[in-house]
Order: sequence, then C-alpha cells, then structure tokens
Amino acid sequence: MEFGRISRRHLLQGGAALTLGAATGARPSFAAETTIGFIYVGSRDDYGYNQAHAQGAAALKKIPGLKVVEEEKVPETDAVEKTIESMINLDGATLLFPTSFGYYNPHMIKMANKFPKLHFEHCGGLWSDKDPKNAGSYFGYIDEAQYISGIVAGYTSTSGKLGFVAAKPIPQVLRNINAFALGARLANPKATTQVIFTGDWSMPVKEAEATNSLIDQGVDVLTCHVDGPKTMVENAARRGAMVCGYHVNQSPLAPKAYLTGAEWNWEALYPKFVKMIAAGESIPNFYRGGLKEEIVKTSPYGEAVSAEARKHADDVKAKFLSADGYAIFKGGLVDNKGKTVIAAGTDRGQKDPELEKMDYLVEGVIGATS
Amino acid sequence: MADGSIGLWTVPLAVLGGAIRVSTPFLFVSLGECITERSGRINLGLEGTLVMGAMSAYGISYLTGSPWLGVLAAGITGALLGALHAGICSLPRVNDVAVGIALMLFGTGLAFYLGKPLIEPTAPRLPAIDFGWWSDIPQVRAALRVNVLFLIGVALAPILYWAFRTTRWGLLIRTAGESSDAARAMGHSVLLIRLRATMVGGFLAGIGGSFLSLFYPGSWNEGLSSGQGITAVALVIFARWDPLLCLWASLAFGGAAALGPALQSVGVTSGYHLFNAAPYILTLAIMIITCSPKRTLTGAPAELSITR
Repeated sequence: MEFGRISRRHLLQGGAALTLGAATGARPSFAAETTIGFIYVGSRDDYGYNQAHAQGAAALKKIPGLKVVEEEKVPETDAVEKTIESMINLDGATLLFPTSFGYYNPHMIKMANKFPKLHFEHCGGLWSDKDPKNAGSYFGYIDEAQYISGIVAGYTSTSGKLGFVAAKPIPQVLRNINAFALGARLANPKATTQVIFTGDWSMPVKEAEATNSLIDQGVDVLTCHVDGPKTMVENAARRGAMVCGYHVNQSPLAPKAYLTGAEWNWEALYPKFVKMIAAGESIPNFYRGGLKEEIVKTSPYGEAVSAEARKHADDVKAKFLSADGYAIFKGGLVDNKGKTVIAAGTDRGQKDPELEKMDYLVEGVIGATS
Repeated sequence: MADGSIGLWTVPLAVLGGAIRVSTPFLFVSLGECITERSGRINLGLEGTLVMGAMSAYGISYLTGSPWLGVLAAGITGALLGALHAGICSLPRVNDVAVGIALMLFGTGLAFYLGKPLIEPTAPRLPAIDFGWWSDIPQVRAALRVNVLFLIGVALAPILYWAFRTTRWGLLIRTAGESSDAARAMGHSVLLIRLRATMVGGFLAGIGGSFLSLFYPGSWNEGLSSGQGITAVALVIFARWDPLLCLWASLAFGGAAALGPALQSVGVTSGYHLFNAAPYILTLAIMIITCSPKRTLTGAPAELSITR
C-alpha cells in the first residue's frame, strides 16, 4: 500500500512537471496529490444549482495533481458532517466545498473547528468574525446577470408582462426578482414583472402550474429562481413563451425560446481558490464578486434577441465590468407598495450589506413577500 | 381583452386546467390502490412505484423514441414491483404496511440511482389532444390540451365501479378483501388473488408515473413526485374504496394544486403557503368530518390490516 502510494506520487510529480513545462508554469503545481471534496444537496446534473457547482468541480479535475471527490444528495443534516469526515479520513481531502446553504451552521463550522488545518469553503456568504478562520464563504452578485436578463426580456416582451417563478421570499431571491424587474424597466418603462412563489426549492408540479398561470395572464417572457429551472424552461417553451435561464445555461432545453440567462461561473472561481492555496496565500474568508470578478456570467444571447436589446445589454454589462462599477439599486427606489426603500441620493453599490437584507419588491413587480 | 389577459378568469380556468393536468397521476395510483386494497392488502409502496414508473417511462421513451413504449415499460415495472410486494407479503406473518414502506424507499432509491443519466437528456413526450379547438382564447385552448392517459383514467373509474359490482373477478377480489375464509371455502387461493390485484395496482401506478415524466410536468428529475404517490394512497381511504369517488377526489386534488399559483398570478398574494397546502388541508378536513370513534370506516374492506 505504502509502496503504491509513493510510486503514484512520483508518477504524478513527473506528470505535473511535464505539464508545467508545456504550460510554461501557468498552472499551479502540487507537491503531492491534493484532494478536494465537493458535497451537493441534489443531483449534480440537475440543470441548476448543483450542476453549476459540479461544472466548477469539473474544471478542477482538469488541473494535474488534483483529485476531486464528490458526493450528491447529501441532506442538510448530520449527514453532511459524516460525509465531510469520510472525505477527510478516507480520501485525504484537504479542501472541502459543502455547497448547499444549510450545510454551514452548525455542520461545517463544527467540522472546521475539528480540523483546523484544512480549508472549508461554503457557498452563501454566511461567514462572520466569530467563525473559524479556516472556514470561508463566497457568493456572487448574480443579480447583475439577472439585471442583464431583465433588459433583454424587456425588449423581447410584446405584452410588457414578464413572469418570475420563485421559491421563497428570502433576500437573495427578492434581490434577483428586483434586479430583473429594474432591468426590464430600462428597456420598457411600463414593463411589469409578476412573481409567483412556489414555497420550496424543488416543486416541479407547482413550478409548471406557476408557469402556466403566468402565461395565462399574458406573460410572454419568464425566468425563475428555483433549484432546477428545467421544468419552467420546458413548460414555458411548449406554450410559446420566451425564457431567461438561471444557475446554468439551459439553452439546450429550449434553443428557440432561450434569450439569455444568469449563470454562476464557478469554473472560473474554483481554480483561483486552488491557486491561492497552492501559492500559500489565504483565501479571504468573505469572498464576493459579480460579473467583473468572474463569479457570475450571462448566457450567450439566443437568436430571438434583437440587435437593440443586445446593444443595450452589452453597454450595461460593460459598466459592470468597468473600474467604477454600476449600481442597480439607485437612490429614490420605491417599492411596490409606494414606500421609498432607498432614499434619493444614496446609491447602494453591489457590495452594500444593506442589499443583503432586502425584504421588499420594487415598483413594477406584481406580488408580495408574504 | 386586447392584451391577451383574461384577468380573474384565470383562477377557475387554472383550477380546471390543473384538475385535468395534475390529477392523472393521483387518478391512476388511487384506482390501482383501490383494486389492491379491495383484495385485502394495502400497498404503501406505490410512491416508489410511481417514481420508478416515471423514470422507466422516460428512459424507454428516450432510448426507443416512442413514448407509448415508455408507458408500457412503466406499467410493467409497476406490475413487477407489485409482484414483489405481494410475494413478500405472502410469506407468513409479514406486515404489508411495513413492506410497503420498505418498497417505497426501495423504489424511489432505485429510480434515483438508475435515473441519474436521464436527468439531462430530453425524451419524446406523449401527445396531447386539443379539446379547445372551438375557442379563440389561447388560455382556454391550453387548459383543454388533454392527454389520452387522463381520458383512459376517467373511463377506467366507472369501468372498475361496474366490474367490482357485477363481474366474477370483482366479486372474487371483494371476497378476498372482506373474508379470506369465504374465498378459501369457494376454492380460491387468496394469495393468488391478492398477487394479481397488487400487480394490477402496480401496473396502474406505474402508468401514473409515466404521465409525470412524459406529459406533465414532462421531464425526469428527482423531485418529480414530491409525495403524490403517498397522497394518492391516502386518497383511496378518503374516497372510501369507491373508484368513482377516487375520480372526483383526484380531480379535486389536481384543481387544489393549481389554486395556489393561480391566485398569486391574479394578485391574491397573502397566505400563498396556505393555498399551496390546500390539498392537504382538504384531506385533513374531510378525514375529521367523516371519522367516528364508534364505527369502522364505511366501505373499508374487512381484511385490511388497518381495519382489522
């Protein structure tokens, strides 16, 4: 056993050195095989949240010297602690990505305290000063991509009615809905976005019913924030409506109806994390970013997107990428009950923590948070 | 209306459309379970059968390109799972409820395992019959796009009702369910009758599953059933083991499932969690209204382990 490990390590070192030579040192090198563990709450080919992370994991698999271990369908209970321990003790994982929101507290915190020399990275942005230093959380401002989707949707809709199938009225979801609605209003100041909450992250029948009800109301472009957008995308396309995707690119499901979409870009972020660790740097405990930081991206435009829409969307995208950045939530913002939620004159930049407490729907959204 | 919206009419239309779209799996599972329970056995594993049916239908439809073969495969898978349930239950001192729960977990687990590579591909779907051709309103046309399976299910309910009352097979199943001694005295094997009844029940539940993956919502994923199989089993008790009542109960459940989203779409946004829970509240309410500590449930087969 010991023998086998040594020879395999040598082999990998050799392999890594060869690739290094070929890639002129662009890739990180690992003294020995580094194992990285990924834990998903659902299936990793769900055309949604988990697939986005699995694509990030797949990007790591391509880097020589890295070994990726994965486990799917791990519930947000003690089960995730067992999975983490077995990944550490049996597979020798030194960096772990428990990707689901509910894994963080208390499960991942407990494991980070138990294994202080290993790294834990959680998706969701929950890290605070009280938490262990070897734990971290990262998240993306995917509302930037939703804003771009909104612009495209606003131009494409002929009825001026857009639909949003959402899971739960929590701040992250509300922020996406609001960004989409505000983007749509850039294109068409009269556009409305109607939201239907299904109540949970994965409710295919409810999502299909919500999609149908929205289309019955005259909605002709839809998007969503649920774990698996496949149901919404397929059912909307069948009824002749256009869609904007979420989590990953769903255009293979509905090539004609797919306009654009808000996607995660974990395949860009995860190799960055690994490089930081290989270089001996520490990953910031609280890692955030949007389009500019390559944490989120937008899907390529579908054929139904007009030249005018492309131009406007690209212009706004360029502003997000610029050094100054761009504020979606500008001063003088009014919610759909008529209350001013951001006072005039105070733009809330993307990194403003106030935005993470969002509990309102902006003017132009039809729906309520409770 | 000029903008293509039909305003508040969306709600009744969505409930009607939901009754047609969402009810079919409830209908098939409850009719299947009705047959099984009338023979004196309860098969709680139909949730697993439903999910296995959905997965196998999607897989076969994808591999062969024929959704109807998928439906057949789902039925056969369901019948096999039914045979497994009946086979285990025919051993002495085996509790059918416990076996059912085991098979429910087995069926869903196996479906998730085998269905892994089927989440991504898109399989050919079952066609719909356009019953809304007379209307110019696209919403009405969409609500009246009916699948043949729904029609078969609707036709099956009165046929079963009739068969239970007047045919020899119906009498045999009922005899096995009311008094196994009487069936034995007539020279019939109770186990064989129950095996057949459970297989037919599984066959129908499997077909119910094929509707989920091949028509509505129309793709395979692991959250597809979200408890519809187990709801349908409860629905049989709710419908007092009467196939015709199963039909009405299934339609009510389908319509109730559409109520929450439809109300939100017309602007009734308060309490949508409550509306989403409408089917379950309906079940609880009827159970409470109709139950009595003084007598057993009317219509319950006497041999059923829950009434014995």
